[in-house]
Amino acid sequence: MCLAIPARVVELLPDSLGTIELSGVRKRISLELVDGIAVGDYVIVHVGYALQKLVPHEAERTLALFAQASGAEAE
Amino acid sequence: MSAVRKDYIRPVDFKHGRVDMTHGGGGRAMAQLIEELFAQAFANEWLAQGNDNALFAPPAGRMVIATDSHVVSPLFFPGGDIGCLSVHGTINDVAMAGARPLYLAASFILEEGFPLGDLRRIVESMAAASRDAGVPVITGDTKVVEQGKGDGVFITTTGVGVVPPGLHISGDRAQPGDAILVSGTIGDHGVAIMSLRENLSFETTIESDTAALHGLIAAMVAAVPAIRCLRDPTRGGLGTTLNEFARQSGAGMLIRESAIPVRPQVNAACEFLGLDPLYVANEGKLIAICPREDAEHLLAVMRAHPLGTDAAIIGEVIEDPHRFVQMDTAFGGRRIVDWLTGEQLPRIC
Amino acid sequence: MKYIDEFRDGDLARGIAARIGAEARTDRSYHLMEFCGGHTHAISRYGIKDLLPPNVQMIHGPGCPVCVLPIGRIDNAIELATEHAAIVCTYADTIRVPASGGLSLMKAKARGADIRMIYSAADALKIAQDNPQREVVFFAIGFETTTPPTAIVIRQAQALGLTNFSVFCNHVLTPAAITHILESPEVRELGTVPLDGFIGPAHVSTVIGSQPYEYFVEEYQRPVVIAGFEPLDVMQAILMLVRQLNDGRAEVENEFTRAVTREGNQKAKSLVAEVFELRPSFEWRGLGEVPYSALRIKEAYASFDAERRFGIVYRPVADNKACECGAILRGVKKPTDCKVFGTVCTPENPIGSCMVSSEGACAAHYTYGRFKDVAIKAAEAVVE
Repeated sequence: MCLAIPARVVELLPDSLGTIELSGVRKRISLELVDGIAVGDYVIVHVGYALQKLVPHEAERTLALFAQASGAEAE
Repeated sequence: MSAVRKDYIRPVDFKHGRVDMTHGGGGRAMAQLIEELFAQAFANEWLAQGNDNALFAPPAGRMVIATDSHVVSPLFFPGGDIGCLSVHGTINDVAMAGARPLYLAASFILEEGFPLGDLRRIVESMAAASRDAGVPVITGDTKVVEQGKGDGVFITTTGVGVVPPGLHISGDRAQPGDAILVSGTIGDHGVAIMSLRENLSFETTIESDTAALHGLIAAMVAAVPAIRCLRDPTRGGLGTTLNEFARQSGAGMLIRESAIPVRPQVNAACEFLGLDPLYVANEGKLIAICPREDAEHLLAVMRAHPLGTDAAIIGEVIEDPHRFVQMDTAFGGRRIVDWLTGEQLPRIC
Repeated sequence: MKYIDEFRDGDLARGIAARIGAEARTDRSYHLMEFCGGHTHAISRYGIKDLLPPNVQMIHGPGCPVCVLPIGRIDNAIELATEHAAIVCTYADTIRVPASGGLSLMKAKARGADIRMIYSAADALKIAQDNPQREVVFFAIGFETTTPPTAIVIRQAQALGLTNFSVFCNHVLTPAAITHILESPEVRELGTVPLDGFIGPAHVSTVIGSQPYEYFVEEYQRPVVIAGFEPLDVMQAILMLVRQLNDGRAEVENEFTRAVTREGNQKAKSLVAEVFELRPSFEWRGLGEVPYSALRIKEAYASFDAERRFGIVYRPVADNKACECGAILRGVKKPTDCKVFGTVCTPENPIGSCMVSSEGACAAHYTYGRFKDVAIKAAEAVVE
């Protein structure tokens, strides 16, 4: 359930609002549920609200795990 | 006091005026609107005659007729408006038979209260589209309905054309082994429209791809007369049109997701809303099915045309009594691209 | 699209699939339930089943808030528009769900009820502000992911002093549903449904954290791996579950570390706790009454509770007798086991909840996978 996508924060606005961008598409959303967001951060967005900040080094680590699981096959 | 000209008739007030019931009443007001707006914008010998019909000599060859009603909302969108859309749409329907479009007829249903300034914008846009395409609007009709009974304006366009000899293009002609091509990126029009819906409001530079495709098609059929099927994937998108061909032809299809051209912004907008670009409307693209041996040549011809620069071969027709449209996903699995269920709506889940 | 495309890489997928194939022991089978409807959708849409060995089976769980919404609650939502003349604001997902009397929200709208589709809870608030003379009701559905936004708008409505805005609350809870499945006789006593492990929901977990799942692994000794939303996340999670089962471990593992922590989103959880409280029991379509599985609005915000404001009475409506959704939602049966699947019951004319939402098990299978039920000559891709 819960269609949510990671998008980059490109602008902070008053009243806990912000603008996010995904491949050139921009949308205004609420940052009310997350603290300490700076321009350039990535957030997970669901129904117009950011739910969590995405942790880039964890994303890298996960991709590395994929590569490991995948490349571990000596083919 | 300055003298008023004896033959002075107050012109239609396009700045502040609105459509009222007299404009459809058949009397002076309607005649004036037709003369000052429609006849002037479309500017051709038929409309200048002022008849309720238009005469033309039948061309040699098989004739094609197509009609389309346009109820798009919003009326004005990035890349176009209901006016040029109505011209392009019917030109395309005629051209999809391989035909050279000749003439258009246009009927308008106007809602009482609709701003005349907007109407002029729409009609001028239609006229420009018609001129650019070389297909004149030679007759028309205007009616007015009471406020609340229309969506501003509904336009119905009908077009006629002539099919060059030797062409047999129809949705039921696809055969196993044939190649499936698309003329460019999908989903542009639908996303452009959706970006204007108040509660979806996202900002994007995506514009509608609305365009008249008869020039592209003329080049295609000249190069590959053996083309089997042509259709523009409007409502319901690429997915729906492929299913239509499959059903009509009694065959199946296998396409590759990675071969389908989609703009990154269109992909992103669809991600936001939980939509599938395969089902989003297009107004300036076509799907072609041709014999396998002609595919590369046809692709080259399409890519050489300004409206086909992103053309691609996306799959092939296969034997399948169930008439499924199957897709090899970019990810590596296989799924079907089914008929759309109702209208595609954004989702939260 | 960053953080999306890399997680859909086909080459990595094939590699991980090979790994799963290599590590899945041939002397046993693995029955894994993906709880979340979004995962069901991803599995179907990306054809993940094709990449798994035959002894790794995916069972679709009930994590689809539209699927588990009882017909009677949709009747109530329609009633708010037709009998109380309220503007009913709803997410698009529920608009086509068939309710009683051949109606749906969409059909009621066609008959003149003022029902408006919104993308965000904030839109409902705006509609209330723009229409001060009308009652505006937000038809709130969803699991823990969707609940915090509802909490926000209720508090905002209070701060703004709005007197025409209320929420018809149908928010449900994930852990309760998982417990219910694990407690069902087929799983617990009869052992007829082997359920070896769970793929935990992605975005629910960003809010509630990984901590709530620790109870399941402890109590039921079944591993849980929280997986991100992208197909590679799902495949990696499947690999992690296979490894746990091979090792005889039952732990909560987190594959979605880029967005999920053990605590989750504390701010969101606090906001929810301030506005909502547990209902002692709530009916889930297909599952029956499930204790402590849903939320209602607290007394302090009673004026924003549509149920109290309009005196809504819930009347349960039984599902069609031929419908097997209950069994399917519990993972006991597959869509193809249902007599009416694909014939009487289709996405155009859904009989039961599993066919209604695009991520319901039956809808997902019908839309993306039913071609595998029939024998088709496999096509070689000739065109490169």
